[in-house]
Amino acid sequence: MFAANVKSPLTFLVAIIIAVGVFIWISEDQIIPESSSSKHSFNIKSWQTHNGAKVVFVQANELPMLDVQVVFDAGSARDGNLPGLASFTHQMLDRGAGEWSTDQIAERTDSIGASIGGSVARDMAVLSLRALTDEAIQEKALATLQAIIQKPLFPKEELQRERKQLMISLENEQQSPSAIANKLFYKNLYGQHPYASPVAGDMESVTKLERDSLARFYKQYYVASNAVISMVGAIDEARAKDIAEQLMSGLDKGNKAEKIDAVPELQKAVAANHQHPSTQTHVMLGQPGMKRGDKDYFALYVGNHILGGSGFSSRIVDEVREKRGLAYSSYSYFIPMRARGPFLLGLQTKNTQAKEALQVLRETLDTFIKNGPTDDELDHAIKNITGGFPLRIDSNRDIVGYLAMLGFYDLPLDYLQTFNHNVQNVTSEQIMQAFQSRIHADNMITVMVGDVSTTKNTK
Amino acid sequence: MYIKRYHATVLVLLGLFLSGSLSAQVHEFKLRNGLKILIKEDHRAPVVVAQIWYKVGSSYEHNGITGVSHVLEHMMFKGTEKHDAGEFSKIIAANGGRDNAFTSKDYTAYFQHLEVSRLPISFEMEADRMRNLTLPVEEFKKEVEVVMEERRMRTDDKPRSKMYEQFYATAFNSNPYGQPIIGWMDDLINLNINDLQMWYEKWYAPNNATLVVVGDVNPKEVLKLAERYYGSVPRTPNVKPLKPRFEPKQDGPRYLKVKAPARLPYLLMGYKVPVVKTAKEEWEPYALEVMAGVLSSGSSARFTKKLVREKQIVAQASAGYNLYARQSELFVIDATPAAGKSIEAVQQAIVDELELLKTQPVSQQELDRIKAQVVASKVYEKDSLFYQAMQMGTLETVGLGWQRLDEYPDKVRSVTAEQIMQVANKYLIEDSLTVAELVPVSMKQAKKKN
Repeated sequence: MFAANVKSPLTFLVAIIIAVGVFIWISEDQIIPESSSSKHSFNIKSWQTHNGAKVVFVQANELPMLDVQVVFDAGSARDGNLPGLASFTHQMLDRGAGEWSTDQIAERTDSIGASIGGSVARDMAVLSLRALTDEAIQEKALATLQAIIQKPLFPKEELQRERKQLMISLENEQQSPSAIANKLFYKNLYGQHPYASPVAGDMESVTKLERDSLARFYKQYYVASNAVISMVGAIDEARAKDIAEQLMSGLDKGNKAEKIDAVPELQKAVAANHQHPSTQTHVMLGQPGMKRGDKDYFALYVGNHILGGSGFSSRIVDEVREKRGLAYSSYSYFIPMRARGPFLLGLQTKNTQAKEALQVLRETLDTFIKNGPTDDELDHAIKNITGGFPLRIDSNRDIVGYLAMLGFYDLPLDYLQTFNHNVQNVTSEQIMQAFQSRIHADNMITVMVGDVSTTKNTK
Repeated sequence: MYIKRYHATVLVLLGLFLSGSLSAQVHEFKLRNGLKILIKEDHRAPVVVAQIWYKVGSSYEHNGITGVSHVLEHMMFKGTEKHDAGEFSKIIAANGGRDNAFTSKDYTAYFQHLEVSRLPISFEMEADRMRNLTLPVEEFKKEVEVVMEERRMRTDDKPRSKMYEQFYATAFNSNPYGQPIIGWMDDLINLNINDLQMWYEKWYAPNNATLVVVGDVNPKEVLKLAERYYGSVPRTPNVKPLKPRFEPKQDGPRYLKVKAPARLPYLLMGYKVPVVKTAKEEWEPYALEVMAGVLSSGSSARFTKKLVREKQIVAQASAGYNLYARQSELFVIDATPAAGKSIEAVQQAIVDELELLKTQPVSQQELDRIKAQVVASKVYEKDSLFYQAMQMGTLETVGLGWQRLDEYPDKVRSVTAEQIMQVANKYLIEDSLTVAELVPVSMKQAKKKN
């Protein structure tokens, strides 16, 4: 809906996409509650390939098409001392693979109307395929994806060219106050932790990314034990099994990636300001949030829905936008990750009122931590989350993403069946307790990017 | 790599893949008050998308009130006699739904995405706000500030968006596509509640609207529901045909530079072209559509293959065209120079590619690729209720009729290499060209940290 000027909830989604790379399903808005209709419930099948890759599959016969995602635990958290390594390795996978050049791979894909893409975030590196299930098309598409996964060549000339491309895209990010704010936020939030560095690296680090490092990274992390395959489409289980074997056939079993270190608490409040010649200041506020499968997951999720996670129904939008007209987009959300992902609040407003808006954001958070939600708010949130279940899984594109998420984070396969039940059981006391014990408003990172020299103090 | 941040190009990207043989499944009705209703069944999930489309958008506006359609769209959430400000979205949310709205050059549309049994709630509230908006002035004062923040975020602080706005304003003198959808800042500052009241009374009526419903529904039941909720909304005599505002002939290329605090230069080139609605030769827009595909639909298309990978003169380039606009549009090419390449060199490389289209027929392989992409996307698009509804709503609202969607695949398939040469020679001419260059100015201020 970029095509038009849309009211803010869609902007939230855009902000989220930018924030976490391209992973829509990490967004808190995208969680799937239980099906309310047996007629439409789907049957999740899961197994392992002979060499240890986990497969998650749903048969959907309505449309003659197939969606596949292959997810490796090979996100930027695995960069080591070379920020951008994971992302660049992933970017290079289809730049020459097996017997085919970049041009040939592009032609093979385009000539059958298929699309092969992917994305990298801190936790994951994803390869995705969408193709028609027509036999010849399916075979050509899968053979291409197989080569990209199993036989990337990392040709040196291509590598030089792609590096230049990458540097241009990093330059492009420096034009965007929201991208700058986001980087600054992660850097200050995570310090020495592997989540700190930008997913695509920085201008300095990408000059150091050479073929050897990429090949080594690929060999270590693109292995079957470290992979999850998610599939949705008009194929039966036997065919799905064959496809999974085909996609993993040439890979070593290898080892699962090592555990990611726990994220330490912030010890004090930190303010990071950055001068940028923009008319607005982008404000972000936050701290370490929660993990996937966190014990407080549902209390924090439902609580945040009320605080700033549900657009016009949330307190932050009400205080910042509806009551005061201070910003077009304002929000709070958790990004649950392998280790604790961020909890963050944010908005953007004209430079002169940035401090006032930040103050409103802080006060809204403080009040929520102190008093928790009202009964009405909780009731409303539960109705919204549970009643909206069918919407979240009404397309193959949605489902394939959720399956990948379940598989990657080792969530139980009945996670979806029990989700609504878990949401319904959340109480105001649990929310208040979870926020009071986990969210420390005095020890947060505050990032402001804009013409900060013109911002005014309100007090 | 580059997410498009401006309005038209995204429509253009959607454009190539707008297609579908829908006729078997679309049910069309008209209520006595003039409301048109389009219903399509999709029983994959127990959900429904309902969209109400009004024939009004930024291209209906005149100087001095630009942005009024979009501000009114925001104000549609600010209450009626029956429902207080903000209540609309809260009621939809309490029913597990999502709702929003969007404004474009040629339309303003509102939508709800709901579990199917909640459809009456959408109809009841949309019918209510079609005529009964209260437009409180205190709410307006806050909301117009929100829209100004939106403008700062979307346009003023994004060098490419700002340049795009200037580019369109330069290309069109009379055609209202030269005006920004969000409106000029000065017009927003001077907008008042009377402008909105007038705009609302003029355009918001059943005889200027189309209701589109796609989902797990029974068409007859939907019609009954629609009659019950929308049937009593009175038609208005205010809706009169728009006067045409055609663009005078352009007699030479136009060049502009936009300076902005940026790191990268950027190039936009636009040629004036007809669209399905305005073309004298019916096949021409489809030939332009395929031509855009030859240049940039996919990683094997000419721009990416030749200019990005082979010559390495651009970091990115794409061609786009919105064949379903209400008035004649631009065939837009955008490009980011590769490191160390000048704007002039990039422009020359693009012009060379366009010359090639004029002098040599495109290959069968290229035509086959586009055909395959169209066939596949016809299936893929059925994965999204929203997109299916969006297509029907757009076509209906610009006055083409949703049936045009049916024709698309065949029209695209029947485009010949010869026809592509013809439109290239006829329309990709310097006299109708507008070129904009983004000139980065120092951001040294930005490097100062405190």
